[in-house]
Amino acid sequence: MDLAESMDDAGLEAAAGGEVAIEAQNVTKLFGSGEDEVRALDNISLSIRENEFFTLLGPSGCGKTTLLRLIAGFEHPSAGRILLQGSDISHLPPFKRPVNTVFQSYALFPHMTVAGNIAFGLEMLKIPKDEVAATVDEMLALVKMEELKHRKTSQISGGQQQRVALARALAPRPRVLLLDEPLSALDLKLRKEMRIELKQLQHETGITFVFVTHDQEEALTMSDRLAVMNNGNILQIGNPREIYDHPANRFVASFIGDTNFLDAELTSLSEAGSAVTLLSGKSVPVSLPKGDFSVGKVTVVIRPEHVRLTKPTPEAALTGTLRNIVYFGTDTNYHLQLADDTPFIVRVQNPRDTQESYQQGDKLGIEIGDNAVQVLRD
Amino acid sequence: MSAHGQPAPTQVAASEDRAGFTAEAARQTEVRRHVLLSTPALIVLFCAASGPLLIMLVYSFLSAGPYGGIEWKFSIDGWFNVFMQRDIFNDTLSIADAHVSILWRSIKLSLLTTFTCFVLGFPTAYFIATRPPDKRNLWLFFVTIPFWTNLLIRTFAIMELIRNKGVINTALTSFGLIDEPIQMLYTDFAVMVGMTYVYLPLMVLPIYASMEKLDFRLVEAGYDLYATRFKVLMRIIVPLVKPGIVAGSILVFIPALGAYVTPRILGGGLHMMLGNLIGLQFGQGRNWPLGAALSLTLLALVMVALLIYVRGANKSEAGRHG
Repeated sequence: MDLAESMDDAGLEAAAGGEVAIEAQNVTKLFGSGEDEVRALDNISLSIRENEFFTLLGPSGCGKTTLLRLIAGFEHPSAGRILLQGSDISHLPPFKRPVNTVFQSYALFPHMTVAGNIAFGLEMLKIPKDEVAATVDEMLALVKMEELKHRKTSQISGGQQQRVALARALAPRPRVLLLDEPLSALDLKLRKEMRIELKQLQHETGITFVFVTHDQEEALTMSDRLAVMNNGNILQIGNPREIYDHPANRFVASFIGDTNFLDAELTSLSEAGSAVTLLSGKSVPVSLPKGDFSVGKVTVVIRPEHVRLTKPTPEAALTGTLRNIVYFGTDTNYHLQLADDTPFIVRVQNPRDTQESYQQGDKLGIEIGDNAVQVLRD
Repeated sequence: MSAHGQPAPTQVAASEDRAGFTAEAARQTEVRRHVLLSTPALIVLFCAASGPLLIMLVYSFLSAGPYGGIEWKFSIDGWFNVFMQRDIFNDTLSIADAHVSILWRSIKLSLLTTFTCFVLGFPTAYFIATRPPDKRNLWLFFVTIPFWTNLLIRTFAIMELIRNKGVINTALTSFGLIDEPIQMLYTDFAVMVGMTYVYLPLMVLPIYASMEKLDFRLVEAGYDLYATRFKVLMRIIVPLVKPGIVAGSILVFIPALGAYVTPRILGGGLHMMLGNLIGLQFGQGRNWPLGAALSLTLLALVMVALLIYVRGANKSEAGRHG
């Protein structure tokens, strides 16, 4: 199966790119038994490098949280192994792993103060009192919470609780920090601030972050690399640009960003450049994901912002009828209907102070830029 | 309260709002209405508790009648006899050893019972609280099964188990583990076992109620932060379910202190507790003022114990990472 092969490739690449922090080898996780058996993770392999901001992205129920819990030690794999810096930790209890978690609900201890929460892990590691106090202060400074040191955790806001949860998990200096959708409870503005802050925190501490989210924007803005997951499988691993510009399959393409899917025919295959013929009869150059392809019917994806609207000239790669105009402030989405009834979206950045020049019902041409067309594996 | 009684206050509150009453006034109306709802229960509690208490207080300062009952003549003999006794032959005063030892036994056995109930009840509550939600009610139901039969029958059943020719001794003898039966019935041990059995659900239920509200993600967070199972128990679970532990301990300790049936049957005549002593004064002892004074002593004891306990619980709460 070429999917598995390319997964192995990703693993090797990771190993070549730096020391490996976390490695999952053919991990399967089953819940329940008999007819109720659920395959939460299906033979996945993955390498996460040292000092990397790695994101597990996918819809709810895709297995991303299960994988995180396996790394944390709250669950143990049904098959396969999990290695931390080369040593097998698959069956160690969570309190014997130098890995800490920032929980989605923060899970702060309500009967302790902010400082008490941050000190907890250090106390459990039997670190001398004065050292604990110093580290707590250092962590409070790191997350800018010095003034709230003696507050109860119920007396601080959600954003502040988030920071305490971060400080608490960072205080014992774990080899790997796991973050389980930590931003999902915050409002949008705070969430955007925290994205930048988290990234900065990762840079400052030099700790490997494994971040779980279903929010593609979060994944793209923060990650060094990300894995897109669905149904207990890893569909694609790469840096945000690779994933966005070269989605390997239909799921990845539709899950991340807006996408146009078109049926096309792969007509030429070569090292120098491959091409597809669109239904309009026009031939355009394409890029191919890893794996074997042969000439024939394929699906291609085109991002809405990688094309331009023009007058319906004969040179235009595609033509369609404008059905809807959706204004976003920064951009406008033009919803077109192609000759074969396929919907097609074109995204245009709004210039300043111009009237919309297109009307519903207009026949328009679509001009496709270089490298805008990508063939999907499925 | 009639069905028509309910909407009326709402209308009153609404019209008051229109008339420009403050939010504070509206809140007070709300509080008053809720007080009204609890009035029937308060009346029952007041009559059933304070009435008899008042009678006891009066009786304790009267003289004992020759055939039981009281004579309407002021006397402090009742209170005097709680801790002191006058020798009938030479009229010397001495500490009432029997009363003191019964008091001591009551406190000792009640504390022991509370402790045993906690040791047995806490894991049980934890077990039930960690079952899937749809199974928990079934387990709770099992805990309440003892309430189905009369206390006397259950106590006699224990007697059947632990008496010299009872189930346990017979089994041990037939296995050749012991030659002579172990004397268990009519000992402090028997009383404690009986009370533990009777009051155990009163410990399990409040701890369960607290435990059920416990966010088990906090337990995971503890494990994640290098706490072993024991540390998680001591630093996270116990502090968070403390309200349940406090409630359970109070619910066990107080009735245990005044227990009557269990020590009467399982302790025999020799292992009396305060409840039996009080019963004795109103019965064969024919000394109602002393009985009344002993009852009030028991009441005072309970109140002092509660005060110490609640204050201690609050202090340890405030002390943690304060």
